[in-house]
Amino acid sequence: MSMNGGSRTSRRAFLGLGLRAGAALALATSLPGVTFAATGTGDRRFVVVILRGALDGLSFVPPHGDPDYANVRGAIAIARPGATDGALPLDGTFGLHPALSGVHALYAQRQLLPIHAVATPYRERSHFDGQNVLENGGEHPSGSASGWLNRALAARGATGTNGLAIGQNVPLILRGDAPVGSWAPSALPDVEPELITRLRDLYSNDALLSARLDEATKLGALAAEDGAGGMDAGKAMLRGGNVERLKAVADAAGRMLAAADGPRVAVMDASGWDTHANEGGANGQLAGRLRGLDAALLALKGGLGDAWSKSVVLVCTEFGRTVAINGTRGTDHGTGAAALLLGGAVNGGRVLADWPGLAERARYDGRDLKPTLDLRAVAKGVLRDHVGLGSRGLDAVFPGAERLAPTADLVRA
Amino acid sequence: VRSDLAAAIATNRFGLGARPGELDAAAADPRGWLLAQVRAPYVAPPELAGLAPSHEVLASFLEARETREAARRALSERYAEPGSAAPGGTAAGGAAAKRGAASSDDAGAKDDATAGQRDPVAEIAQGVRQTLLPHHVAQVAARTRLALTTPAPFRERLVHFWSNHFAVSVDKPICLGLAGAMENEAIRPNVTGNFADLLLAVERHPAMIVYLDNQRSVGPGSKLGERAARRSAAQGARVGINENLAREILELHTLGVDGGYSQQDVTTFARVITGWSIGGGRGRLAEGTPGAFTFRENLHEPGAKTVLGRHYSQTGEAQGVAVLKDLARHPSTARHLATKLARHFVADEPPPALVDRLARAYTKHDGALVPVYDALVTSDEAWREPPAKFKTPQDFAFSALRAFDAVPKEPRLLLAPFELMGQPQFRPGSPAGWPDRAQDWDGADALMKRIEWSVALAARLGESRAALDAAASALGGYAGESLRTALARAASGSQALALLVMSPEFQRR
Repeated sequence: MSMNGGSRTSRRAFLGLGLRAGAALALATSLPGVTFAATGTGDRRFVVVILRGALDGLSFVPPHGDPDYANVRGAIAIARPGATDGALPLDGTFGLHPALSGVHALYAQRQLLPIHAVATPYRERSHFDGQNVLENGGEHPSGSASGWLNRALAARGATGTNGLAIGQNVPLILRGDAPVGSWAPSALPDVEPELITRLRDLYSNDALLSARLDEATKLGALAAEDGAGGMDAGKAMLRGGNVERLKAVADAAGRMLAAADGPRVAVMDASGWDTHANEGGANGQLAGRLRGLDAALLALKGGLGDAWSKSVVLVCTEFGRTVAINGTRGTDHGTGAAALLLGGAVNGGRVLADWPGLAERARYDGRDLKPTLDLRAVAKGVLRDHVGLGSRGLDAVFPGAERLAPTADLVRA
Repeated sequence: VRSDLAAAIATNRFGLGARPGELDAAAADPRGWLLAQVRAPYVAPPELAGLAPSHEVLASFLEARETREAARRALSERYAEPGSAAPGGTAAGGAAAKRGAASSDDAGAKDDATAGQRDPVAEIAQGVRQTLLPHHVAQVAARTRLALTTPAPFRERLVHFWSNHFAVSVDKPICLGLAGAMENEAIRPNVTGNFADLLLAVERHPAMIVYLDNQRSVGPGSKLGERAARRSAAQGARVGINENLAREILELHTLGVDGGYSQQDVTTFARVITGWSIGGGRGRLAEGTPGAFTFRENLHEPGAKTVLGRHYSQTGEAQGVAVLKDLARHPSTARHLATKLARHFVADEPPPALVDRLARAYTKHDGALVPVYDALVTSDEAWREPPAKFKTPQDFAFSALRAFDAVPKEPRLLLAPFELMGQPQFRPGSPAGWPDRAQDWDGADALMKRIEWSVALAARLGESRAALDAAASALGGYAGESLRTALARAASGSQALALLVMSPEFQRR
């Protein structure tokens, strides 16, 4: 399937869903206590996209103006803007990887804010611990069973299910006391409402399963309403390669977020960024994945429609990669990374970075990009100025970081 | 533990879910039934006969890659001619062709890069995948059939456990066909042996070597490293170590992330195992049996090294073997493995006393695994009820199919449940393997996927399978009055089957 044809096919498939959607909706509205966006979260949308595997920030947002960049990156360096396969221009120091042309177009519209030399407080190099810290919002990999985005929902005081995990299960960042749902496309037929009713009886003494069943039926109805539910739509979304799937699912997520009674906060993730060997530069392995990310982010924007103007999307990863390339034309686990904020509500068109430089003495441990910005400050800034959390709420979301000031001016006044 | 529940616990918590008749087989002596499975000498299961060994899989990949590279070179020359359009009418196709010609490396990893673009280069890359995919499908189908029919399900669960501990994920396309081969060649024969042997077999298996990128990790002071350093000024070519395998051995396979190692230990250990590679290749790299583990002296960083405060003066491959043997004996490894085993069999947050007991058994018997399994099976904590483990999709699919003695014939039906419910075999997506806590599997959508699959399964099984009988033979004493009433009142036989497998009793072990 071609990159451009996929979404059209999905849309055609969506149109055939009227009846199924009606049945599922009737079922869902008969459930007590399961509603999205009942109160409190307003109409602002916040989406976190986690790129698992440690995305190489020096290729994602290449610092082509740094005097050491081209030399230290050798064969995988991204050329300056204007050169063949060169970076897409941002400012005098930074560019965007050439595979990100769709996202780059948002820069001129001031809806894209690349962020560099950013990191969580984690300073070791395990993916899995690094992701735990990224998601639990604390300073240590273990010891917290809830995620910062869930705590943000709880602090917002919203009733009903306002959070949505795109996937079958809920990642740590969205686990916690605030109710959240999860959704992924399905290639199997819808289940008869009568079986659901009987299962609800069977689960009456099982708190976990009954809660999950209620959330699932509500989410299924919402997906159907937005044209993303049911077997035909599911099959269409699951067709094609990884890029196609990510794009189709991002489009569906955008529609669910855009719905008047839809979720207001969502998490998506994508893996495959652990480029230890043959990473490639303007072309190659990483470039292919970034092209997929670019398409998915545009699909998310398309799905959000008018709600894009009220949206902030944070694209982040657990840590960066080594400044120098390794012996197998790739990069090993590092520290400082790059992130993106994009969305109609973002105060973009500039790069946010206190650049430490790439010279060996400027690096963290002599090998990694030195972080100069705490990712939690960025998240705090978005939660304060976009989601509307007060300082007490922020302290509950990021315990231990009470003295870390939220980054100002990330969203439009 | 109540005697009518002990057999159900043995077959469901420790095994893969009771097949018809299995509860009776285990009832007389549930602990003995389990321990007999791990004390029996290893015999390769006949179900796995006929699968291609790893060196054949890898050799066929290397051959397909050669074919592909030749085709790419031909394409590149064709489109490099002045005035010729790139395939598909875009510049990307031509650029990709040139890229392919310039690179002779790890073809698999590039397949995704070109996914979604219909150009000849992508189709050639797809050809490499197609070479390996039939091996993968055959392995998963055989593994699933074995899981559904084995009379030694505790042993088989342990095979799955260790395979996940040493995860090799086929989302890296070169691992298609290798992940399953590693389970059969390195894990199965060592599951009831000593952990040090298991560790050595896995870390020297070609699947692990290529999954974690060690085959071209080059010591800077090695012959090849020094030669490259002399030439690098002119050509910009760099060689050096890749620390991926070394880090994951320490973090995931042995000590655990809090096991007390530093970045310096990772880097030095990576130097220790430079040269741990695979055979085949071109030019100076043409040594060893193509596709088999090969120690390449000319990539190995010479000299004594210090890892975790210990001095290693061995030379060549023996140095890495010595480090691995010490890692296997390390107290952090004992604790790491004991915690994972207790979590897998007993509870997401396992009782500390149980973890201590397993770690002590491991250390006392110098890494022998059967005494650890013995300590697990004879611990009271392991028989507590109600069942605390929420089944993973793999647990669920295996146990549901076993409950009805249903063994799909088509490979497609053997693979599909795991894809649909989010746990495709040999594709955990990371070297950490699948997570082993309820919170990772109990999403709302995940529950709906289980329901959907249960309905499809029930429809395929037909009305003839009596749900009440299956409840008794699969759950024994756990099939209580309320469940039996719900099944008896179901609207149809097939609905009753779906209700049974989706019941709270069946969803846990």
